[in-house]
Amino acid sequence: MTSNRRISILAAAAALVAGPAFADDVVTVGLILPMTGQSATTGKQEQAGANLYIQLHGDTVAGKKIVLEVKDDTGAPDVTKRLAQDLIANDGAKALMGFGLTPLALAVAPIATEAKVPEIVTAAATAMITEKSPYIVRTSFTLPQAAAPMAQWCLKNAIHKVVTLVADYGPGNDAEKWFGDVFEKGGGQIVEKIRTPLKAPDFAPFLQRVKDDAPEALFVFLPSGQGAAFMKEFAERGLDKSGIRLIATGDVTDDDQLADMGDPALGVVTTHHYSAAHDSSENKAFVAAFEKANNGMRPNFMAVAAYDGMALLYQALDKTKGATDGDALIAAMRGMSWTSPRGPVSIDPDTRDIVQNIYVRKVEKVDGALYNVEFDTIPAVKDPYKAAKN
Amino acid sequence: MLTILFDGVAYGMLLFLLACGLAVTLGLMNFVNLAHGVFAMGGGYVTALLMNRAGIPFLATLPFAFIVPALVGIVVERLLYRRLYGASPLDQVLLTIGLVLMAIPAFDYFLTDQPQQIHLPAFLQGRFELPGLTIGAYRLFLVVVCGLIAATLQIFLVGTRFGAQLRAAVDDRRVAAGLGIDVGRLFAIAFAIGSGLAGLGGALAADVVGGVDPNFPIKFLVSFLIVVAVGGSRGVAGAFFGALLLGVLDVAGKYYVPSIGAFVIYAVMVTTLLIRPQGLFAKSGT
Amino acid sequence: MSGHEPAEAARVARHLLRRRRWRPLEIVAWTATLALILLIPSRALLINEILILGLFALSLDLALGYAGLVSLGHAAFLGLGAYTAGIMASRGLADPTLGLVVASLVAGLAGLVTAPLVLRGTDLTRLMVTLGVSLMLGELANRNSWLTGGADGLDFTIGRVLGQFPIDFAGRRAAALYSFVVVFALFALARRVTRSSFGQSVQAIRQNRLRAGALGVPANRRLVATYGLAAAYAGAAGALLAQTTQIVSLDIFDFHRSADVLLTLIIGGPGYLYGGLIGAAIFIGLRDALAGATPEYWEFWIGLMLVALVTVGRERIETALKRLARRLRPAPRREAAP
Repeated sequence: MTSNRRISILAAAAALVAGPAFADDVVTVGLILPMTGQSATTGKQEQAGANLYIQLHGDTVAGKKIVLEVKDDTGAPDVTKRLAQDLIANDGAKALMGFGLTPLALAVAPIATEAKVPEIVTAAATAMITEKSPYIVRTSFTLPQAAAPMAQWCLKNAIHKVVTLVADYGPGNDAEKWFGDVFEKGGGQIVEKIRTPLKAPDFAPFLQRVKDDAPEALFVFLPSGQGAAFMKEFAERGLDKSGIRLIATGDVTDDDQLADMGDPALGVVTTHHYSAAHDSSENKAFVAAFEKANNGMRPNFMAVAAYDGMALLYQALDKTKGATDGDALIAAMRGMSWTSPRGPVSIDPDTRDIVQNIYVRKVEKVDGALYNVEFDTIPAVKDPYKAAKN
Repeated sequence: MLTILFDGVAYGMLLFLLACGLAVTLGLMNFVNLAHGVFAMGGGYVTALLMNRAGIPFLATLPFAFIVPALVGIVVERLLYRRLYGASPLDQVLLTIGLVLMAIPAFDYFLTDQPQQIHLPAFLQGRFELPGLTIGAYRLFLVVVCGLIAATLQIFLVGTRFGAQLRAAVDDRRVAAGLGIDVGRLFAIAFAIGSGLAGLGGALAADVVGGVDPNFPIKFLVSFLIVVAVGGSRGVAGAFFGALLLGVLDVAGKYYVPSIGAFVIYAVMVTTLLIRPQGLFAKSGT
Repeated sequence: MSGHEPAEAARVARHLLRRRRWRPLEIVAWTATLALILLIPSRALLINEILILGLFALSLDLALGYAGLVSLGHAAFLGLGAYTAGIMASRGLADPTLGLVVASLVAGLAGLVTAPLVLRGTDLTRLMVTLGVSLMLGELANRNSWLTGGADGLDFTIGRVLGQFPIDFAGRRAAALYSFVVVFALFALARRVTRSSFGQSVQAIRQNRLRAGALGVPANRRLVATYGLAAAYAGAAGALLAQTTQIVSLDIFDFHRSADVLLTLIIGGPGYLYGGLIGAAIFIGLRDALAGATPEYWEFWIGLMLVALVTVGRERIETALKRLARRLRPAPRREAAP
């Protein structure tokens, strides 16, 4: 091999290794999601949501080209951590997004702090996450945000005896606590607090207990993905005809699965921050574009959160005129507000958590398919957990 | 409380159907088939797809839920398993884990990872309310069907010549072959039946466990193994009683002591293996 | 070993001593790994992950490759070690060395306690018992979230190694070096043990327990001791994992972990101690390459590889590797038989 060829091969190799990542006009964003394993549906929806934003708004903002690097952390926090570290140290990522479960978001918090890189949480929903690093911003939601209004709705509708059933992990505990506290403070009675295992739960024995408890309503929180199985068991036990009302946070009637749930889901009242049936021009455009780009798949709240995560980053970069310094980006993100497909949203300047409308919805048939139809709105709900601290 | 007992029995029957194929393969061929759950999942998907995409009624899909996995089982047995009959359990474990690792993404790729739901026909929904006991129509159906299958299997094993040959081959393969029994053909048929039953079990289980999704084989691998461990791997009867015991314990445990949950069945498995390594219901000394 | 044949005993002792000498290839390999960490700090985390998985696979090699005890639940000890180190750090005992030692002891103890379970019955029983134990531990960890953080996991800050070297995000290279030192030390110890008369007797037991017993080898005791050692090593790997990532969560008890380490060991080949480390490098390298190319379906290719590996015949691959391994051992000097 001649020395010229050797040099050019070396140069090509060096170029490949150095890559475009370190070029000054490129902003690498690491999207770390569980693409395999139990939470794989979260990964799928979120990736689609983030990609859709880039597709609709172009990949350039404030003179910088956005490069999205999607990584699968398989739901294991030590993998999430390594991926985050590699993205920052080796690929020069200027922002990290995603984090399908609480431990995954927590694993990255110390890295975000140390490297001064914004960590945009677009899935995990335990309230305390944003407190773990001054560089964490959230565009998904918190369980207290969704659960507290549900309790208030119950009290307003003369429901006083409730059994709560939640999945046994961070967001589940949040939901149980916040629903319970608000409900009991308003004079309601929690007859029993049931916790189901997070993995592969069998709802039959738990629902039998509910039947035996005979409350006026059953409040449920389950991670997105378990709603369909739950609904089926609920109907099978005859609970839908037993006079026990089913109320829940919107994860149970997740748009991803709702179409498949059948008639037992009709009439279920839930509170949540996003419904694919939300009546706004932004949402109609979003849903149409999403379904077109993804083979008719209906977007759910995970997709919208990732979409908004990109929106937040784009707007922050606009505000900093392309500066990618972590402190500048976080400062730009604080207090930012815009109209998302879900409705008006803003980032609380003090807590860096999302402030958004919470809707009370009922499952109804629209054009032959099941949707969560909103009938009441609680505007601009701040996360109650952090609000209570101040 | 009777309701819980009934539910436990129904769940146990279902476990039996799912796991009896594994018990047969294990007991007959001493082959550790961790990919058993893949056949169950296959049967579940056959039913779900036939119902949801081709509109075929639930009961009519069940024969296919048996046949398709059985055929696939024959193919897999001829191509792959056959080579490892004499191999160490470790090799068999590795092969079958490899198959599971291949199957899950493959199903995901072709069918998405969203659980496929099976919507039961109206006459299988609903329940019968008696004082102190609620009998779900579908669970009753399960008990009847699985009971019939169990009875048929037992009669088959005990009453027919083929069954006798099978039992002979289990007891002592070499002598059976020496007597002119075509052990290879026996194995293939037994494996096919076992896989077919798993597929049928998967189709029937889909409603109870929240739909069929690609992670089914791993989620239920442990349950199958526990049934075989507790019930013994020598035959159908042991698996039957083992499954019943586990079904009742699991459901009752979750109802009465929800905080312990799945711990109960794991503890039962480990204790059983400690006291009687060959299983609770197996003939001792073999 | 009865003292009746001092010449025979001396011959065996000389043979073992020769086998213990480090071959040049080994020295090169270890030095090269150290060099990689020092010279390419951007890959330090990846090497750290390989070292930890390698140690975990090494521990399985002791149980499976040497003692012949199959396990589908070796992650039980990994998890025990990780949670012990994590819980200690989160309660203020954040010194890594202390955590490492305690974690290994706890896991080793658990190994000794569960060894009788594992020795009973057939290989099949072993597979199920080990699986059951690891799942039980996972459930226990899940139930006791006051101690383990439950499904949210346990995150904590770790102290500096020997009070001097930080091993968190700022000290990524130091973390890899810490792991390297620990893994090397444990490897050297394992190497010494397996090439001692103890190690030889354990291999004899694996090959034919009846015959070994007839030769006067206390089979059960040795197997229990080996299993306990294997468990302690797995616990050490768990502690390293927890300490260098500062997080532990329930997935460490998952079936996936036990299956992955089994795969890793098989890829590298059991029975000669380097299999775990080589397998780890190959497995992680493959996984990263595949996951980069197809984030959702990479497991398919790993499964295919495994099926191919087993069908083609591990023996054939093993013989080829053994030929390679023989170069890592000193050539036996032929002496005239008595």
